[in-house]
Amino acid sequence: MLKRLRERISLTDVFMWAVGAFLLYIIIRGSIATLVLGKYSARQWFDIAVSGLAQGSIYALIALGYTLVYGVLRMINFAHSEVFMGGAFTGYFAADYLNQIGQLQSQPVLSLLIVFTVSILTSVGISVLLERIAYRPLRRAPRLVPLITAIGASFVLQYVFRGFFGSQFKSYPEVDALQGNFTLMGDFTIGKIEVLVIISAAVLMLVLYTYVQRTKTGKAMRAVSEDKDVAALMGINVDAIIVRTFMLGAAMAGAAGVLYALMFRNVQFFMGFFPGIKAFTAAVLGGIGNIPGAMLGGIFLGLFESIGPSLFLDGLGIPAPYQMKDAIAFTMLVLVLIFRPTGILGERLATKKA
Amino acid sequence: MAVETLSKTKAPSAVPATMDFNWKTAGRIGFIGGILAVLVSVIGMVETFDGRDIIGGVISMGQTVVVALIFATAFMAADRSSKTSPLFHILGGGLSGLISAVMLALFVWVSQLVNLREIFVNVSPSLIAILTFDKELPAELSAAVIQLLLTGLVLGVVAGVLRAAPIKIRNIIFSGMLWVVAIGLLGELIRTLVTGRAIEDQVAWVLGGRLEKGLSVNGAVSIFIFASLLSFISQTFGARIGKEVQTRRAALPATTQRILNGVILLVVFLVLWQLPQYLGLYLSDVANTVGLYILMGLGLNIVVGFAGLLDLGYVAFFAIGAYVMGVATSSAVGDGRGQILFSLNWTFWEALPLAILVALFAGILLGIPVLKMRGDYLAIVTLGFGEIIRIMALSDYLKPNIGGAQGIVGIQPIILAGQNLSNPISLFHVVLIACVIVGFVAWRLRDSRVGRAWKAIREDEDVAAAMGINLVSTKLLAFGAGAAFSGLAGAIFASKLTSIQPGSFSFIVSINILALIIIGGMGSIPGVLVGALALVALPELLREFAEFRLLVYGVVLVMMMLYKPEGLLPEETHKAELHEDENIPAESHA
Amino acid sequence: MTSTLIAKGVTKRFGGLVAVNNLDFEIPEKSISSIIGPNGAGKTTFFNCITGFYNPEEGTILFDGHEIQGLAPDRVTRLGASRTYQNIRLFANMTAIENVLVGQHPQMKNGFFDAVFRTPRFNREEKAAVEEARRLLRFVGLRGMGDTLARNLPYGAQRRLEIARALANKPKLLLLDEPTAGMNPNETGELTAFIRDLRDTLGITILLIEHDMRVVMGISEQITVLDYGSKIAEGKPTDIQSNPSVIEAYLGRGAASGLKSAKQTTKEPS
Repeated sequence: MLKRLRERISLTDVFMWAVGAFLLYIIIRGSIATLVLGKYSARQWFDIAVSGLAQGSIYALIALGYTLVYGVLRMINFAHSEVFMGGAFTGYFAADYLNQIGQLQSQPVLSLLIVFTVSILTSVGISVLLERIAYRPLRRAPRLVPLITAIGASFVLQYVFRGFFGSQFKSYPEVDALQGNFTLMGDFTIGKIEVLVIISAAVLMLVLYTYVQRTKTGKAMRAVSEDKDVAALMGINVDAIIVRTFMLGAAMAGAAGVLYALMFRNVQFFMGFFPGIKAFTAAVLGGIGNIPGAMLGGIFLGLFESIGPSLFLDGLGIPAPYQMKDAIAFTMLVLVLIFRPTGILGERLATKKA
Repeated sequence: MAVETLSKTKAPSAVPATMDFNWKTAGRIGFIGGILAVLVSVIGMVETFDGRDIIGGVISMGQTVVVALIFATAFMAADRSSKTSPLFHILGGGLSGLISAVMLALFVWVSQLVNLREIFVNVSPSLIAILTFDKELPAELSAAVIQLLLTGLVLGVVAGVLRAAPIKIRNIIFSGMLWVVAIGLLGELIRTLVTGRAIEDQVAWVLGGRLEKGLSVNGAVSIFIFASLLSFISQTFGARIGKEVQTRRAALPATTQRILNGVILLVVFLVLWQLPQYLGLYLSDVANTVGLYILMGLGLNIVVGFAGLLDLGYVAFFAIGAYVMGVATSSAVGDGRGQILFSLNWTFWEALPLAILVALFAGILLGIPVLKMRGDYLAIVTLGFGEIIRIMALSDYLKPNIGGAQGIVGIQPIILAGQNLSNPISLFHVVLIACVIVGFVAWRLRDSRVGRAWKAIREDEDVAAAMGINLVSTKLLAFGAGAAFSGLAGAIFASKLTSIQPGSFSFIVSINILALIIIGGMGSIPGVLVGALALVALPELLREFAEFRLLVYGVVLVMMMLYKPEGLLPEETHKAELHEDENIPAESHA
Repeated sequence: MTSTLIAKGVTKRFGGLVAVNNLDFEIPEKSISSIIGPNGAGKTTFFNCITGFYNPEEGTILFDGHEIQGLAPDRVTRLGASRTYQNIRLFANMTAIENVLVGQHPQMKNGFFDAVFRTPRFNREEKAAVEEARRLLRFVGLRGMGDTLARNLPYGAQRRLEIARALANKPKLLLLDEPTAGMNPNETGELTAFIRDLRDTLGITILLIEHDMRVVMGISEQITVLDYGSKIAEGKPTDIQSNPSVIEAYLGRGAASGLKSAKQTTKEPS
C-alpha cells in the first residue's frame, strides 16, 4: 500500500503542497494578528476595499482582452498591455486638448465620451494592426512563436510611443465634476471617480457579455473558439471573426486605459506592463477563455492585492507592506496555476494528450 | 490583394505576358516604406543618429537610416512589380521610391503647417532640417520638396536597376555598400584603436582624422572598391576553395581532424587572450559586458534552446548570483544611512562557489512549480518569479540584509595572488575563462543523453515522457544548469562593479538575453556569440543606439519569428549514423 | 498461458462522459491482440490509461506483475510498455537516429558529469547506443536515413521510425495505435508482415488499435471490440466477424439482421 502511494505521489507535489500550506498559514496568521491588533478602523477597511474594487474592475476590463484572444487563438497576447497603454495615451491628448479649450470642465459628460471614443479607437487600431502584421502569419506556428512575437511587439509599441511622446509621465487633467466623495452612511465615503470606474466597467462588461452571447458575431466567436476548422466549414469567415475578437478586447482595454488614467492621473509609455500582467493573472484566475471568469478574476485580484498587504503582511510586522503589492499578485498567479490551472470558473477540460 | 485583383482583371484580356507590370504592389510597398521612414523620423531615431557621420559631411547615420528604408522597400517593390521585364523592375523601384519620398514630403509640409512638436516631442526643427537638406524653411519649402522627391526617385531607380542587374553584380555592389556603412559606423572605434600606433596615418587617410566625423570621401570610395573586389573574388573562387578545403579536411583521419580543430580553437583562444592589450580600457569593458551576456545566453540557451522552456524570469538567477556575492564579500552591508549592519568579508573565491550553488538551488526551487505548466503559462509565471525577486530586493523588509533600493556597496574586487583582477583588462581574462568553461559544458551536454532528453522534451513533452524520460529531473536539470551559469555571471558582475542595485536586474535583462539567443538561433551555441555581438556589443559601441535598444530588440524578436525563426546560425544537427565506412546513398534503401 | 496485461474494471471519465466503462481486458503473453470499435469508442483512451497518460478513476491494470494505473508515463515505459501514436508524433527536429537514441534513454545510465567529462562509461554507452540505433534503423528498413531530420522523412518511413523508436525502449509490450493509417495496400501488407515478424523474432507482445479490418483479421489472435467505452465482444477473428452486436455497433441497429452482407464488410465504414 505504502509503496503504491510512493510511486504515485512525487516529491515535487509534496513540496508544492507544503509551500501552499505555508503561504496559507502566513495569510491566516497575519490576518489574525492584524485584526487582533485592530490597526485599521472599519472605515479604513472600507476605503481599501473600494479602491481595490475599482482597480479590480479595470483589471477585469483588460483581462477580457486576454481571455477573448486566448479563446479564439490559444495564445497569450502579451502586447495587449500596450493596447491599453496606447488608448490611455491618446485619451490623454484628447483630454488635455478639451481641458485647454475649457470643454472638459463645462461639458464633462460629453468630453469624457469624446475621450473614451478617441482612446477606444486608438486601441482598436493598434490591435488590428498587431493582428494583421504580427499574429496572422503565425496562425499555424508552434505555440511559443506567437508568444515571442507578442513580447517583441509589446516592446516595439512601448518604444514607439516613447519615441512619439517622450518618456516623462504626463498628468491627466482633473475633471472637477469627478472630484470629491459621495457620503454613504456616517463617515463611510466613496470617491466619485471610483464610482465612475466601477459603474462604467460594469456597464461595459455587461454590453460585451450580451454581445458575445446574443449577437451573430458573438456566436461565431464562440464557434471559432471551439474549433476553427469546423467553424470555417460552417461558412464562418474565421479571419474576420478573429479580427473582431481583437477589436472587442481592444475596445475594453481602451476604455480601461481612460478609467485607469482618471484614477491614477498619470500616463507613460511603460504604464501598461504591470496592469497587463495582472490582468492576465486575473484572466487565468477566472479560467482563461471564460468571459465571466475574467470579470470575476479581475475583481477578486483587485480586492486581494489591495486588502492583502494591510491584512496579512502588516500583522506580521513587515515594514512598508504596500511595496509587496505586486509580489502578492504574482504569488497568486503562481499559486492558481499550480493548484487550479483551470481557474475559478474554468471547467476541467479533458486535455487530449495522445 | 492587389496581386489578386490585378491578375483577375488581366486574365481574360489578351495582354502579352511581358506586360506584367504590377504597379499597385510597387505603390503599396512604397507607401509602407514611406510610413516607416516617417515613423523613424517621428520617434527621434533620425535626429539622434544624425550625430554620427558615415561619410564625413556627406551622409550621416540618421540619413542613412531613412535612405536604407526607402532603398530596401524600393528594392522589394522592384522585385515584386514584375517577373520578367528589367524595365518594369526599374519602373517599380522608381515608383516605390517616389511614393516613399512623397510621404516624407507630406510629413515635412504638415510640420510647417501645424506645430507637431506639442504632441510628438521629437519633431524638432533640426529633424526637419535633416530631412530637407538644411534648406531655409518655409521660404525654400518647394525646393526642398522637389529635392526630396528627386532623391526618392533616384534611390528607387537605383534599387530597380540593381534588381534588374545580374545577381553577381548586385551582390558585389551590395557588399561594397554594406562595408562602407559598417566601417563608417565603427570608424570612431577603429580610430581610437589605432591611436598612437604605427598605422595611425594610413587609417586616418581612409577613415578621416581623429577630429573628423565619419569616413573621408576617398576613404569611402576605396573601401567600396576594396570590398567589391573582395566580394567578386570570393564569389568567383570562394565556393570552389571552400569545397576544396572541406573535402581535403574530410579526407583526413578522424584523430587528425580532432587535433586540427583543437589547434584552431587554441589559436583563437590565444588571440582572444591577448586582445585586451589592444582594446584598451573602454573596449575591454565593453567586451566584458558582452562576455557576461554570453555567459547568461549560454545558460538560457540550455533552458530555452535545448529544453524549450521559455523562461522570462531568467534575470532572477543573475540577481541571485550578484546578491550572494555582494552579501558575502561586502565590507559594509548598510541600512543606507551610513550605519554598517554587518560584513562577512569573504573573498571572491570563497563566495563564488556559494553564489553558483545558491543560484543553482534557486533554479531548481523555482523550477518545481512550473514543471507541469505548458509553454506560454510557464513564460508568464517565470516572468512573475523574476519580478517577485526584484520586488523583494527593493523592499524595506529585506533591507537590513540586502540593502533595499540602495543595494550593496563595497563588494570585494576579484583578487588573485595579490593582484586585483577587477580592472577591465584583467577581468577580461576571468570572463573569457568563464565563457570557455561554460561553453564547453554546454557543448558537451548538447550531444549527450541529457541533451537528447532536453531536445525530446522541447519537441514533444508527452512523447518524451512515454520514451521513459523522467520529466521532473530532466527539466530541473535544465533549470538548474541554466541558473548556475547565470549565477556565475551575476557573481562576476557584482565584483566587476563592486556595487549593485536592484535596478540592474529588471525584466528587460531577461528580454535582452532572450533576444540574443533568438537572433543567433535557439539551441545554437555559436548563435549565442553572434547574438551577443549583435545585440550587446553594437549598442554599447554606438551610444546613440542606447535609447532605441529595446525598440530594436522588439523588432528583432518580431522579424526573426516572422521570417527566420531558426535564427541566423541555426542549431546544427549532429551526424551520427553515417561514418566513413558506410557511406551508402539513401535512395538504395528507401 | 500467462498474461502480459490484465485490466480489471477500468473506468475513465471526462466530466459526464464515460470514455472507458468498467473494462476487463487481458492480453496473453507473446500474442498479437487488437482493439477495434467505432470512432470515439474509447480505444485510444484505454491506450492512454495503460501508458500512464491518463489516470483511470476506477480499476486496476496489472502489467507484468506491477500495478501500473496512475503511474507516470516514464515509469510505465521503464517497466516495458512502449507505444506509437495515431497521428505520428516523432521528435520532428531531431534526426532519425536521435529519435531512436531517445528511445534508448531508460536503458542508459550516463548523466551530467559523464557527459561533461566524457568518462569511459559515457564513451562505452554512447558507442553501444549508436550501434544499437543503427541496427534498429536497419531492422525497420531505414538504413542510410539516420541523419535525416524526422520531419523530412516520407510518411511511411515516419511510421516505421516511430516503431523503431518504440522498439529502442526494449519493450515487453508494444502498443501500436493505428499503425497502417494513411498507408496504401502495399505498405499495409509490408507492415502487417513486419508486425508479425516482431512478435516471432523478438517475442514482443503486441496490442493494436486498427481500423483496417483486413489487417485486424489477418494477424490478430484475439480481438476486443469496444463501443461507447464498454466491451461488447471478445474472441478470435472468426467469432468477431459473425457476432451480431459487433455488426450492430458498426452498422447500426437493423443491419444486424442482414448478417450475410455484413460478413463481406472488410473495412469499417467511416
